[in-house]
Amino acid sequence: MAVSETSQTVKVPATATSAKGAADTSAAKPPQLRAARVRKQSVIKFVILFVTLAFLFIPLFSMLVFTLRHPLSGRWSLAPWVAIFTGNGESLGADLTVLWQGLGTSLALCVVTVVIMLLLMVPTMVIVHIRSKVLERAIEWVATLPLTIPAIVLVVGLGPIYRWLSADVLSTNPIWLCFAYVILVMPFAFRAIAVGLNSIDVKTLVEASRSLGASWPKVFFRVIIPNLWQSILSASFISIAVVLGEYTVASLLGRMNLQVALYQLGQSNSQISTAMSLLALLFGVVLLVALDLISDRVRKSKEGK
Amino acid sequence: MTAAIAQNGPATKFAGPSASSSVLAKHRQELGTFAVTLPFFAYTACFLLAPTIIVVIGAFQTRDGGFTLANFSKLFEPNTVSAFVTSILVSIASSVIGAVVGGLASYALVIGAKPNGLLRRMVSAISSVLAQFGGVMLAFAFIATIGINGIGTMLIKQMTGLTVNPNWLSSLSGLVTVYCYFQIPLMIIIFLPAVDSIRPQWREACESLGGNTYQYWTRVALPILAPRFISAFLLLFASAFSAYATAAALFSQRSILVPLMIQGAMRNEMDPNQQGFAQVLAFAMIIVVAIVMLLSHAVEKRAGRWQ
Repeated sequence: MAVSETSQTVKVPATATSAKGAADTSAAKPPQLRAARVRKQSVIKFVILFVTLAFLFIPLFSMLVFTLRHPLSGRWSLAPWVAIFTGNGESLGADLTVLWQGLGTSLALCVVTVVIMLLLMVPTMVIVHIRSKVLERAIEWVATLPLTIPAIVLVVGLGPIYRWLSADVLSTNPIWLCFAYVILVMPFAFRAIAVGLNSIDVKTLVEASRSLGASWPKVFFRVIIPNLWQSILSASFISIAVVLGEYTVASLLGRMNLQVALYQLGQSNSQISTAMSLLALLFGVVLLVALDLISDRVRKSKEGK
Repeated sequence: MTAAIAQNGPATKFAGPSASSSVLAKHRQELGTFAVTLPFFAYTACFLLAPTIIVVIGAFQTRDGGFTLANFSKLFEPNTVSAFVTSILVSIASSVIGAVVGGLASYALVIGAKPNGLLRRMVSAISSVLAQFGGVMLAFAFIATIGINGIGTMLIKQMTGLTVNPNWLSSLSGLVTVYCYFQIPLMIIIFLPAVDSIRPQWREACESLGGNTYQYWTRVALPILAPRFISAFLLLFASAFSAYATAAALFSQRSILVPLMIQGAMRNEMDPNQQGFAQVLAFAMIIVVAIVMLLSHAVEKRAGRWQ
């Protein structure tokens, strides 16, 4: 909105000056030049966006066609999709138990990771936001550190820790991957929550409710959380998207999750695993479009204030 | 929480003289704050700091636990050097293409469009999905497109009669193409805010001072965008350099990239010749990524002047 308005308001003075210097023919040029520029711009814009989007969509389209057309016989069928939705891959000679096991693990991991992440991040970030700028900086630094330490590096160090954990403390159950995943989602979750914290006046809210006699837990659950729910939701969504797409840590620690299962299934039946990848991607699109709508609502309610 | 409650007791007891009580209260508050942050720091110490320390110590450790620099000699073996060179080349190539194409696309999304137009919101939502779309699923997407039985391969064969080399995907140019698939959306997400900060008024000011398009770009827009562009490029480099899953799904056997070498070294950890090799490689990766990130921060600081 702002852009189109300003460009229009500026066009007016430009034509005004040309009208003033009506005798001067060269002064009449700028508006036409600008129109030509805008036309040229829109052609360039169209070409760039078309090429970029084509590059992004052709592989997705190919995936869809690949699932529908048997690569060797060339026959078209819905068999891979039927296999996924009925849970029975026998018609294609594929054993889907690995896939269901991986999917179940990944979904459980999403839940556990999100819960641990929220318990760990939200109270800490809220209290630090109110009380201590220094600690807030420290937490920001630590929480965004996983962006600098690649997952493949982290897994080298996590190897011994997980060997000890699975032998002496816990089991080899893939659900314990959640500890590593919380670290992986931390930078994204931190950003989402920080946006929410900065958009509301936490300090005033806390002081107001404390002076009205609310206890700390009450302040936290009845005042802070309801004001932060959008950013908590977006932190959870982005964490789910990251956990569903995680392959590095699970495969190198030898645990089964959705991506490892997709990879294994891909060795024997690439059609089913491609179809499943498309579904996972679609789920990601739904999650992140929902996220976009939420952040749009946050923006609007903020502007409305 | 428990610490905060425990602190409550003595403070209320000593609540006599007002001066000392305010000092105590402040102390108590600080301790309370620290106590609440303790789980966070304890957790990150266990699962972020400890693994990193294990990697660093492991890189300098002999088989029986002594200090050594000998592990690093493996870094200079021709295999390892060529893996690093390949990794860096692939990362640079895919980041250059990703940064240029993504930068142009974000410019195209911003010019002459409403800030919250449908097209822009759609593209940025799709980009944020596709930027996360690495790994196995991405490998499948490209195998379905230009693998041996890919749709693209068949279309090209039917239309032009040319056969696409089935191994093209596992060549370097193939890998760069695949990496571009997440680099371009990533660039769009990172760079859109930078392009947004360009005011249309600047162009108008430039024009009213008699500047033409070329001058506008070389004297106004590019110098302002350059630092943000470079820092975005460096972030793309780091993301390509540390990507593992896509390459792992495309090349099952060959260790031509550093992350794949780490995988190989981890699988052969019991081999005495491989002692500390995974840790050394990981350590070298940390160094490379850390340098890139530091550079990116330094450049970003320069860009901050225009915000």
